[in-house]
Amino acid sequence: MSAVFVGMPSLPAYGIGNLHATESFPDAAHHELANDQMRTNLRHATHSIRDKRLKVVGELPDWEDLRSAGSATKEAAMADLPALLEQFEANFTARGGIIHWARDAEEANRIVASLVREQDTEEVVKVKSMATEEIGLNDHLAAEGIEAFETDLAELIVQLGHDKPSHILVPAIHKNRSEVREIFLREMPDVDPELTDDPRQLAMAARAHLRRKFLSAKVAISGANFALADTGTLGVVESEGNGRMCLTLPQTLITVMGIEKLLPQADDLEVFMQLLPRSSTGERMNPYTSFWTGVTEDDGPQNVHLVMVDNGRTAALSDRYGRSALHCIRCSACMNVCPVYERTGGHAYGSTYPGPIGAILSPLMTGIKAEENNSLPYASSLCGACFDACPVKINIPEILVHLRGEDVDSRRGKPRMPSEMDLMMKGAQWAFSSGTHLNLLEKALPLGRLAAGRDKKIKRLPGRLAGGWTASRDIPAPPKKSFRDWWASEHDAGDTGTTKDGK
Amino acid sequence: MMGAREEILERITSALADEPAIPEVPRTYRRSADLSEQDIEEMLVERLEDYKAHVDVVTAAGLPGTIATLLKEASGYVVPHGLPEAWFDVDDLRVDDRRITDAPGHRLSVPELDALSSVVTSSTVSIAESATIVLDGSPDQGRRAISLVPDQHVCIVPASSIVQILPEAMSRLEITRPLTWISGPSATSDIELERVEGVHGPRRLDVVIVTDL
Ligand code: SF4
Repeated sequence: MSAVFVGMPSLPAYGIGNLHATESFPDAAHHELANDQMRTNLRHATHSIRDKRLKVVGELPDWEDLRSAGSATKEAAMADLPALLEQFEANFTARGGIIHWARDAEEANRIVASLVREQDTEEVVKVKSMATEEIGLNDHLAAEGIEAFETDLAELIVQLGHDKPSHILVPAIHKNRSEVREIFLREMPDVDPELTDDPRQLAMAARAHLRRKFLSAKVAISGANFALADTGTLGVVESEGNGRMCLTLPQTLITVMGIEKLLPQADDLEVFMQLLPRSSTGERMNPYTSFWTGVTEDDGPQNVHLVMVDNGRTAALSDRYGRSALHCIRCSACMNVCPVYERTGGHAYGSTYPGPIGAILSPLMTGIKAEENNSLPYASSLCGACFDACPVKINIPEILVHLRGEDVDSRRGKPRMPSEMDLMMKGAQWAFSSGTHLNLLEKALPLGRLAAGRDKKIKRLPGRLAGGWTASRDIPAPPKKSFRDWWASEHDAGDTGTTKDGK
Repeated sequence: MMGAREEILERITSALADEPAIPEVPRTYRRSADLSEQDIEEMLVERLEDYKAHVDVVTAAGLPGTIATLLKEASGYVVPHGLPEAWFDVDDLRVDDRRITDAPGHRLSVPELDALSSVVTSSTVSIAESATIVLDGSPDQGRRAISLVPDQHVCIVPASSIVQILPEAMSRLEITRPLTWISGPSATSDIELERVEGVHGPRRLDVVIVTDL
């Protein structure tokens, strides 16, 4: 990066694991769009949560002040990250916690697996954690003969259904109650065969199923929402009590956390514990939050470990225009207001991190050149709703535009057949230099129509975007209307106004 | 070869080679109460009930009777060793073989806790605006496990421990103690967003606000 830092790695160290799309966003979105059930459920979910959010946010006269404080706190934490990490480490360690550092997903998985094995057990209970999903921990543990039981109801549904989460807050929202019932009847050995599809009954079946596990587990694995540098404290925010079970009952607790979760001081909680629950579930406060600082004698786990993971976070940090993506507190508000997410669902983004934040965070962590993730920054109409909703004011549209520029740059100078994306970008490049011309992104869609023959089917697309795929089948030509045009025609001003916090 | 710790710290330093400024955090948000004590207490009650918690407001003299009523159906209950004996100074509770004390040296095992229906604890601070009650593991609140495993949590809130907003609560918290923030009974909305109260934590939360404590 700079000649001053002689001997330091000059290339960003990108992340691995579940950060990569397995296919490009346009392709994935294409078949996810065909899933009507999912889209109906998702629309219901995103709209209900965002209505609740607007209501509880509207209750606070100082919401904008809290957002500004949250944004500045995160910016300060990132700018001072090495010192804060060392301060945190010293405090956490002084109270009996043990810290492990992991450069990437593989190293983190190895560390966790060996910590579990040390405890002589082949089972662990887990509380929902994005970081462990990102690094693919469950699969790694399974390969090592260790069974990980997800204990969050939605994660349990996803795990028992051999499925993938579709939303970071309500990961099983794509399943309706009768599907959940079928999964439980099929996968829970001692479930009551008379189980109905009443959500209360289903939740109680999960309670019964997991209770024995909680009471007997030797090892729990968690993530963390916050790490407080000045005290060495970790915190987990949750609803069901499965978090408290995991954080309290087993003798060994292993927490896996990205290095960006640091907050400078404990008092910062007065800001973030107002911002997070209201933005996330739309509640004034989530039912349960637990904080722990190393080991407390006679109370809770006596072996307390923390694995601090990079896995591409430093790569994101090295991008001065993109690094604020690391401020994300994973509330999911940006997803719930995103018109693209609402239609494609979380699966289309491939990565653990879906929606608007995923569209910037995944390519920042893997590098824009990473296979298929380069299409993610285009998964947006740049309408700005995500920015307005974000409790820490991450300017997602601006970073999307920045990453589109990076993507175009990364392709420049490489002599090869132009891809569809190149063709689109050629026309659109100048548009991104000016906010007034952003419409042009969708105006590039007609290029796809040009590529289609008279029968309105694209027989063959050049380039890597869809080339291999269209070789075997036809895809329908893009719609005549661009997304933005369609959106404008479908929505009156009053409707879109609801995404602006009602202000 | 460089260890992971050194390598990550160096990666960070290298990523921050442009030396971004550390901004001042604007703390213009509310930091003190603007409601009367009476209104704050009412706000807490109303918002706890919103979460489907059951709330009683009593004087210290009425507290033992209220606890007795709440525990009427309890088959057994655990109390932390520092809970004031005076809170049980009523006929039904004074000598009660349903009561088991969790104390240093006499810790209940997880299966023993699981066999009890209820727990009674005090609390450290309560925030009215979000209806949040904080337990910090003090002798009158006990280990985290005792307020987690039994299905009914009777939680005593002294009125003097109620604040209006979260920033006011921070100075009353010792953050390095094991903290549990409780806002209503456990709940899930994971199936079609339909809220179900009571999953893994206590399914019944009974809050008793004591006006003169
Ligand atoms: S980017 Fe902002 S709105 Fe989106 S999940 Fe992160 S914190 Fe929430």
